[in-house]
Order: sequence, then C-alpha cells, then structure tokens
Amino acid sequence: MRRPKEKLIEKLLAMSGWLTILTTLGILVILVYESVQFFADVSVWEFLTGTEWTPLFSKKEFGILPLLTATLLTSVIALLVALPIGLSIAIYLNEYANRKFRSTVKPMLEVLASVPTVVYGFFALTIITPFLQSFIPGLAGFNSISPGIVMGIMIIPMISSLSEDALFAVPKSLRDASYGMGATRFQTVFRVLIPSASSGIIVSIILAISRAIGETMIVAIAAGQQPNFTFNPLVPVETITTYIVQVSLGDVPRDSIEYRTIFAAGMVLFIITFVMNNVSLWLKRKYHRQYE
Amino acid sequence: MNNSTKNRLTDKAFQYFGIFNTFLGLVMLAVFIFVIMQVGLPRLNWDFITSLPSRFPEKAGIYTALIGTFWMLFLTIIFSVTLGVSAGIYLEEYAKKGWFSKLLEINISNLVGVPSVIYGILGLAFFNRYLGLGGSLLAGSLTLSLLIIPVIIVTTRESLKAVPKTIKEGAYALGATRWQTIWKQQLPAASGSIVTGVILALARAIGEAAPLIVVGALVYVPFIPHTPMDDYTLLPIQIFNWTSRPQPEFQVNASAGIIVLLFLTFLLNGISIYLRNKWQKKVKW
Amino acid sequence: MNQLIAKNVNVWYGENHAIKDVSMVIEPYQVTALIGPSGCGKSTFLRLFNRMNDYIDNFRMEGEILINETNIYDPTVNTEALRKKVGMVFQKPNPFPTSIYENVAFGMKIQGMNKKSELDEIVETSLRKAVLWDEVKDSLKKSAFSLSGGQQQRLCIARTLAVEPEVILMDEPASALDPISTSKLENLIFELKKSYTIVIVTHNMQQAGRISDQTAFFFMGKLIEYDSTKKMFLKPTHLQTQNYITGRFG
Repeated sequence: MRRPKEKLIEKLLAMSGWLTILTTLGILVILVYESVQFFADVSVWEFLTGTEWTPLFSKKEFGILPLLTATLLTSVIALLVALPIGLSIAIYLNEYANRKFRSTVKPMLEVLASVPTVVYGFFALTIITPFLQSFIPGLAGFNSISPGIVMGIMIIPMISSLSEDALFAVPKSLRDASYGMGATRFQTVFRVLIPSASSGIIVSIILAISRAIGETMIVAIAAGQQPNFTFNPLVPVETITTYIVQVSLGDVPRDSIEYRTIFAAGMVLFIITFVMNNVSLWLKRKYHRQYE
Repeated sequence: MNNSTKNRLTDKAFQYFGIFNTFLGLVMLAVFIFVIMQVGLPRLNWDFITSLPSRFPEKAGIYTALIGTFWMLFLTIIFSVTLGVSAGIYLEEYAKKGWFSKLLEINISNLVGVPSVIYGILGLAFFNRYLGLGGSLLAGSLTLSLLIIPVIIVTTRESLKAVPKTIKEGAYALGATRWQTIWKQQLPAASGSIVTGVILALARAIGEAAPLIVVGALVYVPFIPHTPMDDYTLLPIQIFNWTSRPQPEFQVNASAGIIVLLFLTFLLNGISIYLRNKWQKKVKW
Repeated sequence: MNQLIAKNVNVWYGENHAIKDVSMVIEPYQVTALIGPSGCGKSTFLRLFNRMNDYIDNFRMEGEILINETNIYDPTVNTEALRKKVGMVFQKPNPFPTSIYENVAFGMKIQGMNKKSELDEIVETSLRKAVLWDEVKDSLKKSAFSLSGGQQQRLCIARTLAVEPEVILMDEPASALDPISTSKLENLIFELKKSYTIVIVTHNMQQAGRISDQTAFFFMGKLIEYDSTKKMFLKPTHLQTQNYITGRFG
C-alpha cells in the first residue's frame, strides 16, 4: 500500500538530481547555440587573434585578445598577492601554530572570502587606487593592479585552506625523518613538506586562478571598461566578465551581433574555467590516492 | 655566526613572517571597513533606509534595493532548499554506486566552479527569454538558486553522511520504509548542519551582483516589487550603481549602502557559526 | 508462531562467498545462539531473517528463508511488514536522537497510530516488558542519550517490543555493556523467551551457555554443528566445535 508513495518520492528526488545535469547541459547548449550563430558572422580566426574588441562601436572589431589579456593580467596579479601570503599562512598554521590558534584563525580568514565582491570593488576603486597613485606616478583611475591586489586578498583563504589540507596530508613519518636528521622546521617545510604536498598546492593555485578569472564585480568597478591589448598593469583594461556586465547594462537589441558577443565571450570564459577546474579535480584525485 | 645559529634565525624569521601574513589580509579588511564606516555612518539614517532612489544623492535611499534583496532571498530559499536538499538526499541515499552517480558527482564539483556570471547567461537565455519571465524577480531568483544548489547539495550530503548508519538500521529494523527513515530520523538528525550550510550559501548569494545584472535586475527601480513577476533592484547592484557615479556624494551613499550589506552578510555568517557551535555541543553520537 | 527455516542458503558479497549452503530449523519460543569466530558469517546469517542485508552493495543470496511457511525472499513480500514481525537489537545501542518516549513510540507512529492515549499505553507496557519503566518513568521526555549504555540497550529492546514482533534477532547485544548491565540483559532475555522466539549472535561462550536452549556453531560460512546447548557444550560431535568451545581458537 505504501509502495506507490515511496516510488513517487524516489522519482521526485531523482528529478532534482537530474536538475544538476540539466544545468550543465543548459549552459553548454546555450553557449554553443549562440556562439555558432556568432561565428557565422565572425571568423574564429579573427576572434581568437584580433587585437581589437569594439563590438559596441560603429566600426566593429571582434578580437577577444584584449579581454583575454586583461582577464589573465588581473588574475596573475591576484595570484602574486595571494600565493605567498596564503601559502605562508598554511605553513604557519600547520607547522608552527598551536591547535587553539589554528581553530580561532581559520574561521576568521574565511571572513575574507565572505565579503561581497561589490564591496571589494569599492575598496579597490576608492581606497587602493588613490593609495597607489600617491607613489606610482601615471597610475590611471582605472587599472588592473588595484583590483588585482584586492582580488588577491579575497582568494587568500582559498589558497591557505587548500594548501593546509595538502600539507596536513603529508605522512607524519616524512616529517619525523626530517626532524630526526636535525633539520629545523623551516628546512623541513621547504625541503620536505612543500615538495611532497606540491600537487595539492598546485590544486589550490589552479582553483584560485579559476576563481579570479571568473570574478566580475571587482574588475567591473575598478579595472575600467576599455578593451586594451596590454600587459601594463597601470592602465584601464576590460576583462571578459566586465564586458558581459557592460553589455547587460546597456540597451543592446536582442538577436543582434553585439548581443551575441556575450555568449561568445562567455564560451571562452567557460572553457578556461572548465579546463582548470577539471585539471584540479584530476590532480586532487591523483594525490588522494597517492597517500591512501 | 655558525651554520646552526643561522638556520635557527631563518626559522624564527619565517615564524614572524607567517604571523604577519596571517593577519595581513584581516588587518587590511579592518582598515577598509573602518574607512567605510567613517564615510558612510553619518549618512546612514532611517531616511536613507526608507527612501526611494533618486538623481539627487542626498535624497536617494536604499528602500527598493533592500526590499528587492529580501524578496530575492525569500524566493531563492524556497527554490534552492527544496531542490538542493532533495537532490542531496537522492545522491546520498538512493542513487546506486555506479557510473551515473560518479557522473553526477563530477558534474556537481564542476558546477561549483562555474563563474557566477555564466549562470547569469544561462538565466538570461532560459528564464528571461525562453520561458519569457523577463527581468522579473522570479527569473532572478531561479538563476540565483541554480548558482547555490550545488553548494546546498554538497552540504546536504555531508550532513547526511555524518548521521551514524546505526540510526538508519534502527529505523529499518522497526519496519520503517526508506522514506520514513529519511524523513523522520535521518533528516531531523542532519537538519542542524544542513541549516548551517544553507545559511552560509545564502550569505554568499545575498552579495551576488554579476549574474543578476545579466538576468536583467535594473539599476534604477522607483517602486518596490509586489509580486515575483515585478522588476527589481538589489542592494549590491544599487551599491555598484552609486560607485560608478562620478559625484563624491554618491560614494558616500555607496559607503552607507555597503555598511548595510556587510551587516546583513556578517549577520547571516554569524547565525550559521552560532548554530554550528550550538549543534556540535548538543549532538555527540 | 511456527519455526524459522533456512533451506540451502548461500550468500555472496561480490566474490566473497559468505554463507555456504546452510540449512537449519529454529524452534519457536526458545533462545537459539549463533556462535563462531569473527567473520564466520553468523551476523550475516542472522540478518537474513529480517532482510537487513538488502541494503548492502553487491549482496546476493540463494535459497529460502521460511517464516510462517512463507519464503521471505519472495518478491511479493513486504519487507517493512516483515521487519515489524521480526525485530532486531544491534551490537551497539542505537537509540534515535530523540526523547525516550519518542524512541518507543516511533515504530507505532510510522504505522499511522497517532492517538496519544494508545501510544502512552504501548510505551508504558513496552518499557515495563524491557524492565526499564521504573528507571525512566519520570524522565520520558529526556533525551535517550542521557541513559547509560545498558539502559539504552534495554530502550532499544522496548522499542522493538512496541511493534509487537514474534521474533527478536539480537546481534551481540551485550558486547558494548559492562558486566552488571549484561546480567540484567540476560535476565531480560530469559523473560522474553516466554513470548518471543529469540535468535542471538554472541561472541561470549559463557553467555551462550547461560541463556540459550539451542546453539549453532558457524565456521568459515558453514554451519558445522547445531544441537541443544547442553549437548554442544558437553559432548560436541565435531572436533572444530570442541576446539572452539574450549577456547583453543577463535
């Protein structure tokens, strides 16, 4: 008597499980469908190698490189800030700090990741940029260094907690062997632990870059909206994500080529982050197995 | 100076470097918040919270944005909790171990890493245009739900996993069906930790701006939404809008808005930490 | 109530052949002990009688288990109804994380009984039968975790009795208990066999000797010997049984 009800519930629950597959399929179908239409008008070659991006001007150019370099530039700056800080936090918490300090500090660090990104954008624009301008002459009001630094602060907890897990997973015997030979903690960390935990640390780096590449509001607020093909961190640039927001805020007619650019740009963004996430998942599974 | 003293000094130096870095980010955040408070607090008053947006910075307020944010939170909770918890239960308790559950698992790890603005693109094409929901609260909250459902699924699964298997066996042995066991024993036992995870996910969702700009949240809405089909704006979007204006008075407004947004974010985070501690103390298997 | 009958039962977990062609008749209103070294299949065999193995991945079974002349592995059998008739008590006390009252009432509530007066009555009689009532009657609303290990185990028995089973399966029920709680539990089992058929898995030879009427010795998935407890302990037929009972291995 209860059987049909049980079956129905299982079916309903299974449908929710399927929803996650549909979400992924939905993203893929939409990006591919709209991009195909976009590439009917713009050659893939031009898109991938052109150094000018002006779809919203009367003389339209569709080279994605300026958006791509801006995206990479801001992300690399963020990593340059977050990696040394995050990694040294991980080492300190794992090897030097006592348990109590660790359990108090870890949730505090998570606060850095919970601050809304518009707030970080505001910090970059109104605090970091003027501060940097005071000693970097010629730094524009919009630039990639300031949002890059702030993004770096945001992803510190990501690097520190993932690297800490990786360091923690190194077998105690290795550590003991190193101390047994008279090594200091510092030597143990840099000669034994970091090399052993390297794949886990690389996972944290990849995930952090991927997060920075997809980050939108910080760069939209503080990096500007001018597609510049440059690696100069002092001038305004426009990232892929900023461009998508810029088009969404404007009055671009639907089904126009300008409108479709956001799907083509989104496709590039999706592919990059997808590849990075899966490389990190693959590495993670690999090093988990290594110590089992 | 011999080698061993040098080594010990390096070691000590690195220790201080570690402590310094641990607090570097937090101190910077504290400085940011202090500056914001200095600028924004004087502007923050009851009028600011209950005023409609305006071209004149001294008249403008966050009323519509705040109501929009509450609407968004409410609808998102309904969609994401029902769908996310159901999917979590299915994956943890029903799905057979095999290629399909492996695929689902990989897929969910991937969805967690998809940039939020891509969810915006999905919402724009599917909810706004294909389903014709336009730039409504409904389309926005569905998009935001898709964004946080993977997180809720992961939380639900971990919470269920933490419930001892013996509870499940005990219920089965008394003749409970699978669903009765889940609904009456496992879910209640896991609920504290699920709620904690959901609130954390919402704390993240409340600050999202990018995907909602893409699905058509407006920057200027001179009325409060009354139904899920209405246009809306949100607190982070209002802040974004003020930030991008040249007049310094709007920067003051942005600061005041940020104080409110940070208050809500930290409040949600605080609640979830409080619940987690309370729950950890109460339940010991 | 009739006998429990196992006919040519084989069980596999994947490649592992856990139960090898076991046939056995368990008499009603008696205590039957299943003994043997760990991994001999006695717990697996016990769990066949209420189909608790069904949820284990790659579990496969051949043969028949008859209760009241019905093969309980027939596809038409309702496992939930079966488990109400064949209750189970586990190795470690596993009360639900709710009140003492709710623990005992759960089995009735899921069958749709919601009348408070009836539930009150069943909770009381069940707790009395499990000789726990006097200890908890003033604290029924308290969490089940506030009880001691031995009390928790008797609570789990009360919970099982509440759904009015005919058979009670016990999987090393005293293994997590101190000696005093164990002796209380053994007295209780002695009382219960007047109204229920009891099958108990135990590690403890003395315990099997004290409480059971029949004893079955399992070794490496096979039923080696099955007879009255008296005979098994005094004059076992098989050398392996003798070695095990006298403590030479296991």
